[in-house]
Amino acid sequence: MARVRAKDRLKNEVNAGSMADIAFLLLIFFLVTTTILEDSGILVKLPEWSEEPPEDVRLNTRNIYSVLVNANNDLLVRKTPMAVRELREDTKLFITNPNNDPTLSDSPKQAIVSLKNDRGTSYNAYMEVYNELRAAYNEIWDEQAQIRYGKNYDDCTKAEQKGVRDDFPLVISEAESTNFGEES
Amino acid sequence: MSKFKPGGKKDEPEVSTASLPDIIFMLLFFFMVVTVMRESELKIKVKTPQATELTKLQEKSLVNYIHIGRPTKNYQEQYGTSPKIQLGDKISDIEDIPLFLENHKASVPEKLQFKITTSLKVDSDVTMGIVTDVKEKLRKSGQVKVNYSAKKRTEDL
Repeated sequence: MARVRAKDRLKNEVNAGSMADIAFLLLIFFLVTTTILEDSGILVKLPEWSEEPPEDVRLNTRNIYSVLVNANNDLLVRKTPMAVRELREDTKLFITNPNNDPTLSDSPKQAIVSLKNDRGTSYNAYMEVYNELRAAYNEIWDEQAQIRYGKNYDDCTKAEQKGVRDDFPLVISEAESTNFGEES
Repeated sequence: MSKFKPGGKKDEPEVSTASLPDIIFMLLFFFMVVTVMRESELKIKVKTPQATELTKLQEKSLVNYIHIGRPTKNYQEQYGTSPKIQLGDKISDIEDIPLFLENHKASVPEKLQFKITTSLKVDSDVTMGIVTDVKEKLRKSGQVKVNYSAKKRTEDL
């Protein structure tokens, strides 16, 4: 009698084998529906809005790096046409001005990048240009961090990053868009 | 001599599969937690441009999304083909942006409100006109932290 009972108890165990199948089914469902949304992009800080018109500041033209993107997505940099490919190096050259060229910026602190686009410029072209300008600064920061601390900008401490950023401040000023080629 | 039972092979224990469900359940829970069900259907086509200088956005609760793009085929009859703005699940007007931002702000604890970022998910085919208008509206609403959403670019320009 007792022996039978022991056997019975063994048999009474719920078969957990199918549990795995059920869980698998659910797992596959969630695997398929999951979109690990990872949003990334270029982070910018827009200037605060003010009702008053901006002060008229006269700046030496040598300190201004004007970038114009027209409705045909053509690039005009300091009054000369340029391909987006060359923009990054040229911007870096302008900001750092290693050879003290009198046509380039006085010092990185005074350098201003002025970006102006048309309402008809495609967003893609705008992003390409903006990305290159940002890349120029990022590369300069990286190079400076290498020189000063022997490591990448991203690996520096907050204070070190700030030191680098203060000497090479990121100034991308966006002028009001022109309106020549907006689609209706 | 032998310490082992003769004929011990007979009831050789099978590998227990009882823990298998636990493992699977663990995976299941992981995916259940990370899954975000798309809460709003996009009525416009948004294919963000590619860029290299990307920052990843942390903390999804501090981000609000403004989509800009052309209506998809199904909605073209209703909304036309010119670029439109989608806030949440409906196509909206630029004038609705301040309210949208305010609604989102209310859901964020006051201490963290300065960290709120607006992610602009803009289709690469859109022209800058509408983007400029949105940017101006954002500035007027005091929302200056903006992210131009983009994907990683791998090939050269």
